[in-house]
Amino acid sequence: MSSPPVLSLNKVTKSFGAMVANDNISLELAEGEVLALLGENGAGKTTLMNILFGHYVADSGTVTVFDRELPPGRPRAAIEAGVGMVHQHFTLADNLTVLDNIVLGTQSLWSLRLDAGRAIEKLRKLADDFGLGVDPLAHVRSLSVGERQRVEILKALYRDARILIMDEPTAVLTPPEVESLFVTLRRLIAKGLSVVFISHKLGEVMDISDRVVVLRGGRLVYTTATGATSRGALAEAMVGRTIPQPSRIQIEPGRPLLALEQVTVRAGGRKALLDGANLTLHEHEILGIAGVSGNGQNQLADLLSGMIRPDEGRVCLDGKTVQPSPMTMVRQGVGRIVEDRNDLGLIGDMTIAENLAAESYREQGFSRFGILRGVALRRHAKDLIEQFDVRCPGPDAQVRKLSGGNKQKLVLGRVLSRAPRVILAHQPTWGLDVGAAAYVYDRLLAARRRGSGVLLISEDLDELLRLCDRIQVLYQGRLSHSMLTKEVDRRELGLLMSGHGMEANSCTH
Amino acid sequence: MLDILDLLLTTGFWAATLRMATPLIFGTLGELLCERSGVLNLGIEGIMTIGSMAGWMWVFQGGSLWGGVLVAAAVGALFGLLHSIFTVYLGLSQHVTGIGVTMLTSALSYFIFRMMLPDVTTPPKITPFAPVAVPGLSQLPVVGEALFVQSPLTWLALFLVALVGWGLYRTPLGLAVRMVGENPMAAEAQGLNVHLIRTGAVMAGSALMAVGGTFLTLSAFDAFYIGMTNGRGWICIALVVFASWRPGKALLGALLFAFFDAMQMRVQQQTVVAIPYQFYLMLPYVLSIVALIVMSRRAAYPKALLVPFRRGER
Repeated sequence: MSSPPVLSLNKVTKSFGAMVANDNISLELAEGEVLALLGENGAGKTTLMNILFGHYVADSGTVTVFDRELPPGRPRAAIEAGVGMVHQHFTLADNLTVLDNIVLGTQSLWSLRLDAGRAIEKLRKLADDFGLGVDPLAHVRSLSVGERQRVEILKALYRDARILIMDEPTAVLTPPEVESLFVTLRRLIAKGLSVVFISHKLGEVMDISDRVVVLRGGRLVYTTATGATSRGALAEAMVGRTIPQPSRIQIEPGRPLLALEQVTVRAGGRKALLDGANLTLHEHEILGIAGVSGNGQNQLADLLSGMIRPDEGRVCLDGKTVQPSPMTMVRQGVGRIVEDRNDLGLIGDMTIAENLAAESYREQGFSRFGILRGVALRRHAKDLIEQFDVRCPGPDAQVRKLSGGNKQKLVLGRVLSRAPRVILAHQPTWGLDVGAAAYVYDRLLAARRRGSGVLLISEDLDELLRLCDRIQVLYQGRLSHSMLTKEVDRRELGLLMSGHGMEANSCTH
Repeated sequence: MLDILDLLLTTGFWAATLRMATPLIFGTLGELLCERSGVLNLGIEGIMTIGSMAGWMWVFQGGSLWGGVLVAAAVGALFGLLHSIFTVYLGLSQHVTGIGVTMLTSALSYFIFRMMLPDVTTPPKITPFAPVAVPGLSQLPVVGEALFVQSPLTWLALFLVALVGWGLYRTPLGLAVRMVGENPMAAEAQGLNVHLIRTGAVMAGSALMAVGGTFLTLSAFDAFYIGMTNGRGWICIALVVFASWRPGKALLGALLFAFFDAMQMRVQQQTVVAIPYQFYLMLPYVLSIVALIVMSRRAAYPKALLVPFRRGER
């Protein structure tokens, strides 16, 4: 590199309690470069960037921007030095306007007037320069996810950032939004900005970056020019081993475990959100429900979780009609992997041990005479932590402090330890990295081998085609006929997902 | 029922409404500032009490009336600081800390009062603020005397409604206060010091509460006695919700409550129908609850209210 680096991290180390999140990490960013910071969830990417931006204070090590060392723990200093950060979880106030969110902190707190006119002017110019149009007076709550991200980027540009740190910017975007983000990024680079792009998605990293740095377990394990590497090599560096392709052995499905018969769900509204749905799930079988979210996926998942009841039709488990409720579903051996593990799946402020016993705490062994047995809960948690390879300080740690992948492992542990006969898996790999996703696949296939039936609701066609025995498509509340995975092609699925050919097929079962 | 109509036409009634609203305006504005920054301050009841005592004591010891107001504000700010140390810096329960502050400050008020004046049997008196007439406007028929001859503290309260409204919505500082109450992480990501802003808002808010308290001893009455705050602080907490955290609506709420309160006092005196007087005492509270239910249906509360901000934690 000819020019001096615009940013360098020097031997940064940070631990949370007993967990070392960043271990002696040094890296440099050159001017006009896109540096990808790749790593699994929990590898320490976000921690490292939070240290750089001053949200966290490192235990040791320094951050240097444009040849000047930043004082630790002061976001203001980082901003003034020219660093802008686009946080993974947007740091925006929903009830305030775009303008409010952007100008906050740009004027002295003691000045008597918000200079809105000049701010709007500057914003308009930035928006034109970088193709980031957004209404400055709109409330943030009325914006789409893609627009919110634009506001985050504008926040940094408004303060004349020269270095942009983007923490998993594509995690929440739809494919067209990702494309438009990349267009913006290329324009920024053309204007001389330097970018750190945090991701665990290999395709995007290969697409946008000049150089890749891989973190694993808090250590920097691999640095390479993007042109000189391959997806496979990066994946291996990230996970630390070759990722085994999940192996599906051929098994004949057994008898039916779960059946929906002409199930309609209105959930209080007039419109049927699930409209005369029929499906049958057998032993040793994974049945995929393909389709774009919002077409009745939530209602189907809620129904099998016991959160709602059908307005019409029957839900049968083992040939017997059941009235769904969370307790009946759990008692009837339905394992529930819900889509939103943070809100619905786990209780963040409670401990790992408590969360793992959330479905079974009343049972023999965990409580006696209505009193919980802490020792048994903890022993159970320790077993599962080991069995499911959950990275955590111990059974008494709060769940909200774990990474996404580790949270999902907890959910899997809780569900699978009860040897469920039916498993509902709603977007089970949402927000997980390659390694964690492969792990989930492996566990679901293992459950199938043992005789469980898995209902896999997913938007990810690759995932469905890899795992499922049969696939049905859910579009506007209607389920298509079922197709054997080995006989279907992607094009046909794609058409069904956008509603073509649904009418003719919806009744044939 | 004609009695009530008569009542609404007397100037004294409207003057009383405005007078009774004054401590509520101060208190509600103060609580609103705290809550806008994300901190519930249940210390309000006690802070009003110690404000009423401190201001009165200053004047009783020979200080000026305005000096008393400043002393009350300073004492309020001090206990606001105490509340913030626990709730902002240490991130402890805002409910428990607030109730603790109320208990501490109430007890401290009576304790200090007794320590300094051990021998009195009837509460000693001071000369309170004299009403100030607005030149010109106070000459208007009917409404003139009612609305434009008031304690200077009442004028101050009305002025503060405008000032707080302008400050919150039109200045960078106000934006910062609203932001730390909505999403503290967003404020930090923009380089602001969340703890400092919250502390400042709680101290300023507590100072206003204490001034509301001292209105009771320096203007509405002329003495300090035990139990004189009489739940006004709690009313202010409800009024903040009623006001949807907006200063203008806070004024409206305070006036409405004071209106009911003034009415029940008059009706109690006048009416010939044998209804137990407790019913009238209850009236303003019942009507407030009804108004609260109606008004707060769509209230957008500050999203980070009650949520402590801990730096460097995930």
